[in-house]
Amino acid sequence: MSQIGSFALLLALALSAYSFLAGSLALFQKSSATDRLGETARRAGIATFAAVLLAAVVLVVAAFTNDFSIAYIYHHSNRDLPGPYKFAALWSGQEGSLLFWSLLLASYGLVLRLRHKTDTRLFAYASAIIAGVQVFFLLLLNFAAPPFGVMQGSLPADGTGLNPLLQYPEMVIHPPMLYLGYVGFTVPFAFALGALIMKYPGEKWIHITRRWTMVTWGFLTCGIFLGAHWAYSVLGWGGYWAWDPVENASLLPWLTGTAFLHSVMMQEKRGMLKVWNVWLIFTTFLLSILGTFLTRSGVVNSVHAFAQSSIGNWFLWFMAIVFAACLYFYWKNRSHLASEHKLESLVSRESSFLFNNLLFLVACFAVLWGTLFPILSEWVEGHKITVGPPFFNRVMIPIALLLILLTALGPLLAWRKTSLESIRRNFLWPSVGALAVAVLLMLMPSRWGTPFGMKPWQEISSLYALMAIALSALVAFTVISEFVRGGRVIRRHTGRNLFSSMVQLGHRNTRRYGGYIVHFGVIVIVIGLSGTAFNQNKEKEMGFGDRMNIGPYSLVCRSYTQDDNPNYASEWAIIDVSKNGKPLTTMYPERRFYKASEQTSTIVANHSTLQEDLYLVYEGQNQDTGRPVIKVHLNPLVMWIWIGVWIIIVGTILALVPNAPAPVRVASPAPAREPEPEPIGAGN
Amino acid sequence: MLKSVFLKRALQFVLLGAVIFTFLAADQDARFQSIGHQLMCSCGCNQVLLECNHVGCPLSDGMRNELASYIQRGDSDNLVMQAFVQKYGPTVLLAPTTTGFNRLAWIMPFAVLGFGLAGIYFVVRAWRKRAAPLPAGSVPLAQGEELERYSEQVRKETEV
Repeated sequence: MSQIGSFALLLALALSAYSFLAGSLALFQKSSATDRLGETARRAGIATFAAVLLAAVVLVVAAFTNDFSIAYIYHHSNRDLPGPYKFAALWSGQEGSLLFWSLLLASYGLVLRLRHKTDTRLFAYASAIIAGVQVFFLLLLNFAAPPFGVMQGSLPADGTGLNPLLQYPEMVIHPPMLYLGYVGFTVPFAFALGALIMKYPGEKWIHITRRWTMVTWGFLTCGIFLGAHWAYSVLGWGGYWAWDPVENASLLPWLTGTAFLHSVMMQEKRGMLKVWNVWLIFTTFLLSILGTFLTRSGVVNSVHAFAQSSIGNWFLWFMAIVFAACLYFYWKNRSHLASEHKLESLVSRESSFLFNNLLFLVACFAVLWGTLFPILSEWVEGHKITVGPPFFNRVMIPIALLLILLTALGPLLAWRKTSLESIRRNFLWPSVGALAVAVLLMLMPSRWGTPFGMKPWQEISSLYALMAIALSALVAFTVISEFVRGGRVIRRHTGRNLFSSMVQLGHRNTRRYGGYIVHFGVIVIVIGLSGTAFNQNKEKEMGFGDRMNIGPYSLVCRSYTQDDNPNYASEWAIIDVSKNGKPLTTMYPERRFYKASEQTSTIVANHSTLQEDLYLVYEGQNQDTGRPVIKVHLNPLVMWIWIGVWIIIVGTILALVPNAPAPVRVASPAPAREPEPEPIGAGN
Repeated sequence: MLKSVFLKRALQFVLLGAVIFTFLAADQDARFQSIGHQLMCSCGCNQVLLECNHVGCPLSDGMRNELASYIQRGDSDNLVMQAFVQKYGPTVLLAPTTTGFNRLAWIMPFAVLGFGLAGIYFVVRAWRKRAAPLPAGSVPLAQGEELERYSEQVRKETEV
């Protein structure tokens, strides 16, 4: 079986190399013969998908049939591993995850090559560039990290099993989502580089690139938050984001990708920032490769770096070659990227995008700088230091607060120039509302699980939380006012009710109103994150009938017990929970010992509400008394984060849907009356 | 009468002592949480000291006890940190210090923000200078294709 897999990978390498070389030759020497050559390159690209898919299927089948003659299966699976995790073994180790990366890239390439008639020449360029990237990953799979390496000596009876931390339902979907995001940035990169090489006339390429970027961005967003939810549910330390290098690696392309999704509007609407946008996409792609390098090379310490090896140099060389190619073609064709317009006022939509991009780029730099500073410090001072959550929180929170402020201001500013009257008209009521929210949060009596009764003058964390919630309220009010104003206009013209008018408004400009929904999702997440300022935790050894109180909750240990199955042995406690004296629920925090890998893992018991999460961890057993040690966290507002992600997904999907056609208007004489104020906001 | 005053005073002292003890204990707990979240477990798990929860960790329990004893002894935050650095090395601190080369870690992100803001200021100023309005009547009215192009631009910039 391993021979079939190895052959499929070798065939895929040959096909993608042909697709790259023949495709490039066809593009640089234009004739009818090279047109046919180009078509063979496209078909070779499609065939690459089939070959890589075959290799991936072989690896999955090997996992399901317990073929421990393949070293990868021996190290990442075992006989008693449940089916879904055997499937997940495909991306659980270094070699398999590279194969999965290659498969996703081949799938994106397949879609692109099948849709080549949209713009044959631009797609041919993009296809050749994707084939070039594919060659790199297939070289890795064939020569540096082969997934079909065979075991030496006698055949083992069972495998060492999958890392217990990965045996969680979300791990079956988190890596694919994250990889779809990482790998997906290759497509906008290929279009941007292709358009630059061919000096693409017009803006069509930017529309295509924007849509692909939005899809990819959506996947990456889901992947990042699924990872956060997995960490929250499995790692058992009570949090969801620890500024770990691997987490940071996923954030880097997300930040530059988000910056691109905003600044690309300047290019579409005003023909500005062409150089900036091209380099943003180049940087986003390079950062997604850098993230892979950080995860796999072992240059930084991480709790997530499951797969470390010496393939780091391959990635460094690949990044250097890609950067050199980008720089060469940019320098050669830079005249094509001249801006069509200039900025006319600092108080305009354009300037808000400039500041937005600056903040995203500074955030990206800060994350990268903090992640790599230990290496720099070791190089300069001779010893490593740690750069962890206290650093990132102190640096990133002020930047994030400025970004939320811009999220509120930007959409209401007009292109070119915004008058003071327009600013007053659009911001007065949202600002009053946000101020009222801030005052309310300070004046309301303090209560568990709520951000009421904040004392921002006492603690910096409280001040940040207050600012975050007040600014989020400002964003929410501006988004609502935009919907209501637009809805009113449609209601006036169609006679429908306001809600139905707002729905129609969303259909007419899906991108704009989808974007507003995404903004709304972001501020719901921000409110959830601000709950961190009020986290509490306690730890206690609990015997039969022992009680522990935290906030309004009272926990009583009813019992503790053990269980055993072929995959793992477990011990857990049975905890009765009451809130304000009334029985609420029973919770079962658990600890498992996985037999094959001889590793332990916590299974957190979490009672989640809109107000707070009651999060119980089975810390272990006191060896002397045999009683369980239970740690309880009370984490306010966490559920808001997961709700916010769903809102972002809805907004992203809406933004991808084509606009509904506007109704045909019949010209009629204007009524003689006073003109009404502009209803759709200053942005129009 | 004298006895009752004495009892009253004694009770007041006891109450005062209890209040002071409670506040000190609360303050000590807050300091334990605050400092414990600025230190890393040194066993190699890469977790915050107070959040390290892996089974059989050889160091975290001992480190937490050390932290508690330093705080109980009345050592300042700085002194506690120094004691940990001396025993476990500089990687025990979760954030770079604000001295020497490490200061650069804190300065750079805000320096880049400052440079970026200055860059935007100068770029905008240069653009606005170049885009100075021409006197009225010096530009002929747009017609034909040019007018169509401007109309398209207006449509793009004002679409609902």
